[in-house]
Amino acid sequence: MTGVTGVGPLVRLAVRRDRVLLPVWAVLLAGMAGLSASATVGLYPDLASRVQAAQNINATSSLVGLYGRIYDVTALGALATIKLGGFGAALLGVLGLVLIVRHTRAEEEAGRLELVGAGVVGRYAALTAALLVTTTALVAIGALTSGALIAAGLPSSGSIAFGLSWAGTGIAFAAVGAVAAQMTTSARGAIGAAGATLGLAYLLRGIGDSSDPDGLRWLSWLSPVGWAQQVRPYAGDRWLLLIPLLALAVATSAVAYVLLARRDLGAGLLTDRPGPATAPAGLRSPLGLAWRLHRVALAAWLVAFLLVGIVVGNIASDVGGLLNSAQARDMILRLGGRHGLTDAFLAAEFSIVGVLASVYGVQAAMRLRVEETALRAEPLLATAVSRARWTASHTVVAVLGTTALMVGAGLGAGTAYAAHTGDSAQIGRVLGAALVQLPAVWVLTGVVVAAFGLAPRFVAAGWAALAIFLLIGQLGAIFEFPQWVMGLSPYTHVPRLPGGPFGPTPMLWLLGIAAALTGVGFASFRRRDLG
Amino acid sequence: MIRVQGLRKSFGRTKALDGLDLQVSVGEVHGFLGPNGSGKSTTIRVLLGLLRADAGTVTLLGGDPWRDVTRLHRRLAYVPGDVSLWPNLTGGEVIDLLGRLRGGLNPKRRATLLERFDLDPTKKCRAYSKGNRQKVALVAALASDVELLLLDEPTSGLDPLMEQTFRDCIEQGRDDGRSVLLSSHILAEAEALCDRVSIIRAGRNVETGTLTELRHLTRTSISADLAGPPNGVASLRGIHDLDVEGNRVRFDVDAAYLDEALRGLTEVGVRGLVSQPPTLEQLFLEHYGNGSAGGRPADPAGAAARS
Repeated sequence: MTGVTGVGPLVRLAVRRDRVLLPVWAVLLAGMAGLSASATVGLYPDLASRVQAAQNINATSSLVGLYGRIYDVTALGALATIKLGGFGAALLGVLGLVLIVRHTRAEEEAGRLELVGAGVVGRYAALTAALLVTTTALVAIGALTSGALIAAGLPSSGSIAFGLSWAGTGIAFAAVGAVAAQMTTSARGAIGAAGATLGLAYLLRGIGDSSDPDGLRWLSWLSPVGWAQQVRPYAGDRWLLLIPLLALAVATSAVAYVLLARRDLGAGLLTDRPGPATAPAGLRSPLGLAWRLHRVALAAWLVAFLLVGIVVGNIASDVGGLLNSAQARDMILRLGGRHGLTDAFLAAEFSIVGVLASVYGVQAAMRLRVEETALRAEPLLATAVSRARWTASHTVVAVLGTTALMVGAGLGAGTAYAAHTGDSAQIGRVLGAALVQLPAVWVLTGVVVAAFGLAPRFVAAGWAALAIFLLIGQLGAIFEFPQWVMGLSPYTHVPRLPGGPFGPTPMLWLLGIAAALTGVGFASFRRRDLG
Repeated sequence: MIRVQGLRKSFGRTKALDGLDLQVSVGEVHGFLGPNGSGKSTTIRVLLGLLRADAGTVTLLGGDPWRDVTRLHRRLAYVPGDVSLWPNLTGGEVIDLLGRLRGGLNPKRRATLLERFDLDPTKKCRAYSKGNRQKVALVAALASDVELLLLDEPTSGLDPLMEQTFRDCIEQGRDDGRSVLLSSHILAEAEALCDRVSIIRAGRNVETGTLTELRHLTRTSISADLAGPPNGVASLRGIHDLDVEGNRVRFDVDAAYLDEALRGLTEVGVRGLVSQPPTLEQLFLEHYGNGSAGGRPADPAGAAARS
């Protein structure tokens, strides 16, 4: 077994690198499952309300397409975990494939694996270590989630099936990530390819689930995410369906090992095609370069936001019938506003979409620091490009990119909703509801730019701020935080549109704060050392 | 061109530059030598306005490198020691981009340089080796019509053939009237190219002058396979660190006694011979010991040449 010599130290290295990342993911995912399960338990206290809600979901094809089907309308657990079953499994898939690529191809691309490989380390050690760490982490997250669901009051057998279906999906897509890492030469490309496979699998089960039993329903069986859902936790607990997931994981991992044996270090099976020998006319400014660096990712985000918008618009069209329980209706009204259930639903959904757009904005603005630490800012700033102009390039992409995303989501939702209601005026109304999120989104990019200028080592403050604001919003309503705490989050000040009252003052405040933070970032970056 | 006086720069508690002086005049190729971590890159980054000086005066092309960034940068080109490029852009795209951002590049010179450096501009940057990434930065810098070139160990990844091409290009640049600051830790390179050199250690000047003035510093490493036992080699003058293994000898010899040493070897009969100029590190170890920052020169000649 010389091929795996050195796995031990590599496992320890991986665990050390992920010692923050993994626990955070574990707590977030298990916490999300536990909290939403206990919320559902409170929301539907009696059997009749549960059956009603489950039947409503099964009757709404856009919801079934998005989340999946409830196979036992009387089972509380099936209703409580409907939003998490497929979607959460896909999240674990993302975690699995990102972890694998992070410890294999990303290390190889950075040249660090070469350094490690020159030591007493076998050819298969890195991949084996990555698979070991990832599998263990996913199983642990699954177990933790099962525990959280049991603690929330759901049956233990179903909860264990649920945790296993999550872990199984994660492990299967970790193996897909392992294959992708052998194919491409860049970590970004590997994550993109494996992520696209996961997206396709999710789409297949979405189409399959929302189709007729004698129509395209079989498509769900082509998707590993579909298999995970067919385990049917709380609604039959079909344990045997975990086998195809594990079989896929084993077979795909084996393919990764075979590919690894056949290629050189640093190479992939897919080689880069040659590109243009001269730069296109657009590549003549820092902004032109920033656009070039961001455009593929932004396009992918935009497609996702359009799809999310269309789904939200479709659900909004029949949300009136969806929440027949008095408590649910009361809750939406309390959370969203008082101008009709649909408006409240749209307002609530767009506040979530706004947070997602912030994720993009934070990540795009953080590219400033990425470029700086990768030493790629240096050659640019050694030309006639001022620091302000270079800082502006990625900031502009972050600001305009988030705008494009919200316009995409707003138009998607507006058109879908208008098509259902036959009222084209809804497009503008819904688009407006999307756009009012932007000032809050830009406060987050402002936090990143300010941190980049003032304390570049702590540029991750952008993520911290996002997490804190999110927690304030999520927990504040439940635990009734004092007003000033709620006020710390920019999302609190976003008008609840459509339907809610709209005053320009909070928006102007948010814009002012975003501009001030960005200005601080520009000014302080001008004054500090590069590096 | 460049005038640096008493430059100081610290990172936290580490003193990177500790009162550095440097002067480069118009049309001069100036070697900037020192072992790793001696402050060469830090100095160049200060000259580029990427780092801010803690103390001292720095004048570059008649301006302040920290304040007049864009105006000065139009007139200079820079090749970093550690060239990092955008993985999904091709080499040709990077060359054009950097050239345009500097205010345009000479397309004819670009084509000639690509050919001379044997660089494929259609490859994605992630596929380039260290040497090829360095070539991309070199072509981008050399293809611009600038007055000053700041080169930070530009040949550390180049093969000997390409290093020769690089030397030809720099000499041509000098003929065109460009000034060059060339940082390096290879004495041979500086010897081949530079009019004057500054040697620094631990952020301070150790020597400055023309190469003839510094010639006394060179000590050549000799490794030879001899026809018989190396009797008498040990008694040669100017020999250091003699190592004998059968018929094979290895030693360092002062430049002044090189003649004599070779004559001594040929008396025994030479089957194979390798001679190497010392790296700066060896030089510093020999002349200044491995001790405290800026250590004292051991020989009086060194002290006399100190500026």
